[in-house]
Amino acid sequence: MAHSPAIAIPKGRGTYCVLVQRKKLVLLALGLVLILSVIADLGLGPARYTMREVVLALMGSPEVSQQISVVIWDIRMPVALMAVVVGAALSAAGAQMQTILNNPLASPFTLGISAAASFGASVALVFGVGFLPWAIDYVVSINALLMAMAAALFIHFMSQQRGVTVETIVLLGITLVFTFNALLALVQYLASEQALSAVVFWTMGSLTRATWPKLAITTAVVAVSLPLFMRRAWALTALRLGDDKAASFGVNVRWLRLETMMIISLLAAVPVAFVGTIGFIGLVGPHIARMLVGEDQRYFLPASVLSGAAILSLTSVVSKSIVPGTIFPIGIITALVGVPFLFSLIMSTRRRAW
Amino acid sequence: MVATLQLTDVGVRYGKQEVLSGVTTPALKGGEVTAVIGPNAAGKSSLFRRIAGLLDGPGDIRIGDGASGSPESHVCYMPQDTSVNTVLTVYESVLLARKQGAPRKVTDEDLQEVDRVLFSLNIEAIAFKGLNELSGGQRQLVSLAQVLVREPKILLLDEPTSALDLHRQVEVLALIRSLARDRGICVVLAIHDLNQVLRVADRVMVIDAGTMVTCGPVNDVITPTLLQAIYRVDGRIERCSRLCPHVIIDGPMGHA
Repeated sequence: MAHSPAIAIPKGRGTYCVLVQRKKLVLLALGLVLILSVIADLGLGPARYTMREVVLALMGSPEVSQQISVVIWDIRMPVALMAVVVGAALSAAGAQMQTILNNPLASPFTLGISAAASFGASVALVFGVGFLPWAIDYVVSINALLMAMAAALFIHFMSQQRGVTVETIVLLGITLVFTFNALLALVQYLASEQALSAVVFWTMGSLTRATWPKLAITTAVVAVSLPLFMRRAWALTALRLGDDKAASFGVNVRWLRLETMMIISLLAAVPVAFVGTIGFIGLVGPHIARMLVGEDQRYFLPASVLSGAAILSLTSVVSKSIVPGTIFPIGIITALVGVPFLFSLIMSTRRRAW
Repeated sequence: MVATLQLTDVGVRYGKQEVLSGVTTPALKGGEVTAVIGPNAAGKSSLFRRIAGLLDGPGDIRIGDGASGSPESHVCYMPQDTSVNTVLTVYESVLLARKQGAPRKVTDEDLQEVDRVLFSLNIEAIAFKGLNELSGGQRQLVSLAQVLVREPKILLLDEPTSALDLHRQVEVLALIRSLARDRGICVVLAIHDLNQVLRVADRVMVIDAGTMVTCGPVNDVITPTLLQAIYRVDGRIERCSRLCPHVIIDGPMGHA
């Protein structure tokens, strides 16, 4: 800067551009994995169809029977797409929680938002009590959503108190997990046998609850949230340099946190409300993204979204393939599939992500 | 037109507690370097944060920017060094400093400016290292790069050389000095090493126990009386080199 411009300046920007291209390729590869996984997901199920039949049905060809078309479009499609959207939403929520709380353990699951949703749903399942009594069809979902939002907002407002640090927030989240788990246990204790099995099944998380309207709502939430995050990409990335640094760059740190937490609470709560508790995605998706593309939000967020979506979609494939003809609740499978994957990534990468 | 910074009875309050008061300066002009000295916890960092607009308090901060746009956008503040736990690379972190409040898209000009700044601080070799892999001194140079890349008119540096070795201290202070002159930047920096102050600063502001003691030309302010009053150290100022005076400490070892 102060030196004479005549001196040849080494081209860091050349290296930078190569690295950016590499990140774009990673995103492309993740997208490809996701598409293949969705196709596999559509092809698998209790009714056995050939790949050709599936593809023809997808293209709306008159060669396949009406029955195949109905199974693919009305039964398998919402489930397969729900896996994508829910994975994307949970992973994006986890990524931004980790960003604004500056903590690798932050995720909807670890901060008690999922536990709150489970409690809300169990109240509806066991006692038939809806927090909004007029919406009978969605009473379980709405209860879960309201409790999840309440937990997210509680965490947020506590984080606004003076002297509250990021560590305090994580601790607070853990206390929420214990509180809601205890309340859930209490509800289960009081429940009839039939209601109890419904609660247990709900807390396992299952994509088979997916319907087109639920899919549409979840997709809308994701479609609105992601551009909002992308618009704040530079500011969110700056948070990784510490609050003081970000503030010195002119970022309104408090306001950015508030906005982000509001969006996160929606992103985390809506999927849980519809498909039950699916842990792990919100934690592991962002970690995989960070290892693959680093923490520049312009690539980190899309990578989180794609890897979360791909993991949940692959998990859906696995949940159908373990015992042919049976679909295991996806909440059980996510951790079992995700853990070895994350482990192999951690062991193979030399760069310390946290 | 050069940038100016003038403080009138500026203070800082945390809640009801006043941690700094009565800071008044003449107009600090672009091209000048003002050093802020004083004991630990005297209120130097609070003053910087107040000027940068991160803290509230009484008083008037007048910024004449000599350029278009809002005055605040030309004030760049480098906080004291803190370790960070991020895999962002040096290059990314300097680029993102430049892109704050700017159009989202990265232009070739942005990348050229990042290259220029890394070059001027002689840290191109670590450009693609993660920030979590750097030493304290390297982190400090990167922080400096992050403020310089924003092309400041008024530059507030909170102990920019505290983690640097002697060679780098001299190099960085010379760079700051020449940037101030060449670009007409008004530099205010907190620094503990009085010999470096004598080398780099035009003006010195002394802060002790939350109040401003004095603010004036460097040779008038740094005197044996000041050493005794502020630091409780016996010393003298000697012109033993052709270029600039030096502080010599006379007190015995262990003398408080």
